[in-house]
Amino acid sequence: MSERRRASLLRFATRRVLLLGPFASLLVVAAFTLIQLAPGDPILLLAGDGGTPAYYAELRAYYGLDRPLPVQLTRYAGALLRGDLGQSLTYQRPVAGVVLDRLPATLVLGFAALVVGVGAGLGLGLLAVQRPHGRMDGAIRLWTSIAYATPVFWLAQGLLLLFAVKLAWLPLGGMTSVRDTGTALGGVVDVLRHLLLPALALGLSLSAVTGRVARASLLDALQAPFVLAARARGASHTRVLLRHALPNAVIPVVTVVGHHAGSVLSGAALTEVVFAWPGLGKLLLDASLQRDVPLAMGVFLVGMVSVVVANVVVDITYHALDPRLELR
Amino acid sequence: MTARPIAAVEFTAWRAGQRSAIAGLALLSVVCLLAVFGPAMAPGPWVISGDVLVPPSAAHPLGTDDLGRDVRTGILLGARVSLLIGVIAASLASTVGLAIGGIAGMRGGVVDEVLMRIAEVFQAMPRLFLILVVVTVYGSGLWLVAILVGATYWPSSARLVRSQVMMVRTADFVTAARALGCGSARVLLRHVLPSAVGPLAVHAAFQAGGAILVEAGRSFLGVGDSSMVSWGGMLSEAHHFMRDAWWIGVFPGLAITLTVLAWSLLADGLTPRRS
Repeated sequence: MSERRRASLLRFATRRVLLLGPFASLLVVAAFTLIQLAPGDPILLLAGDGGTPAYYAELRAYYGLDRPLPVQLTRYAGALLRGDLGQSLTYQRPVAGVVLDRLPATLVLGFAALVVGVGAGLGLGLLAVQRPHGRMDGAIRLWTSIAYATPVFWLAQGLLLLFAVKLAWLPLGGMTSVRDTGTALGGVVDVLRHLLLPALALGLSLSAVTGRVARASLLDALQAPFVLAARARGASHTRVLLRHALPNAVIPVVTVVGHHAGSVLSGAALTEVVFAWPGLGKLLLDASLQRDVPLAMGVFLVGMVSVVVANVVVDITYHALDPRLELR
Repeated sequence: MTARPIAAVEFTAWRAGQRSAIAGLALLSVVCLLAVFGPAMAPGPWVISGDVLVPPSAAHPLGTDDLGRDVRTGILLGARVSLLIGVIAASLASTVGLAIGGIAGMRGGVVDEVLMRIAEVFQAMPRLFLILVVVTVYGSGLWLVAILVGATYWPSSARLVRSQVMMVRTADFVTAARALGCGSARVLLRHVLPSAVGPLAVHAAFQAGGAILVEAGRSFLGVGDSSMVSWGGMLSEAHHFMRDAWWIGVFPGLAITLTVLAWSLLADGLTPRRS
């Protein structure tokens, strides 16, 4: 990487990271507004409706709810900055702790699904470009349309029914077995066995997008001069495809998944519910059903931040890996 | 790659597009018919009408669910929710996208930068997370969810419109319109935006399918509009009975998949192909 390129990449990265500031402020204001607009009075919820006006006023002052809205907003933002997401009503614990307990499970599922989704997508793409607009290509196009149209939770239910209920090859749900697996290796294998079906469900539904992007980028790469040059040097068709076209198709495919991080998170939530996977999605659903507003808001904020960070990381990596891209 | 005459490849691609669009339209017409006439075709309302978990039979062609409700009735009544959410969310996204993308593309500069940054915030939202949070606070109406989905869909529409606008805003016919004395609003509305409508319509068809999936997802989670039957909600209830009664899981899932597929096939067929 040249010195100039390095400097401009650094500028690009700094700009992207700095833009997170206004983004975060917008998010905090949005979250605050959402809570303010909520119907119902938190004080009545807390104290019941039998209290005297003086008592209500005292409580209001205690929680700072009698202060002007801008003051409340500042305090809210300050608390968020300190990592204080409030207290969960159902867990009776700080929201941040509850959310952090569940975050790893979702990250593991998301990453495994990413591997499956990118792998399947590249495989489909490689098959499709054997003969563009041929029979196989058409079949794969239809397959990706169907994969896109199939609700991920329905697919998950089907996989569960087949592999866990009928064939009983894999566990029904959860992340670990109740019984002790003994060794550390046994523990890892146990988690992997639980992970396989959820990752497959989410990954297959991702392959609808990755398959199409892989096809398009492989086609682009196959028309590039460097492929012609490789052919001229006598490289076989397989070698051209695997050594020259494929590496160029991986970056766009991973990038598009990164830009779909929000959808991946939504899909993960649905998959988690089907397989009782103890991640953020399941947590948010439980919080929502129990009307635990601080917890639901906390999961939402953490989810948003993860998605945006994923986007920024993907953007910067993409620009670092592809020297042809203009840095702006 | 085997060499084929380019014209032949182009023709194959074009024909595939035609077939795709026709198949999509045909499927969608069926769903529309169900949405309009479903309640009239159904043997009765969505209530207990037989024994529980009866397999498909003459009386109940798609079987009954765990409460003894006729699954066929649910499928017929659920079409309305799916179609409504798809059309409302996609129209909303297109309208907002047309306005914001048009302004951003025409103005450029700071206005463009600010609007696109706001778009990024909305685009990054994990839809289901947003819906769950809002439902926690405000309750679960169909309209509310349609608006939420529309609110997360407009950024991609706006980007599409913006890029179209940027392409044509320096075209000769636009310069000519300006020279004739058209104001900037008239130039935008009458001369620039029409060129964005075609691609936007294709995009909207994709979004309609996506919105149906989002609605199905949230109904599956059990936070659907309880005043309406929805296919996602049926799947949610089916979850614990699928082992013994495949029909309560299979038919609603097929209904969702086919409806979303219809929108995608239509959009796919209308997309111009390159060879």
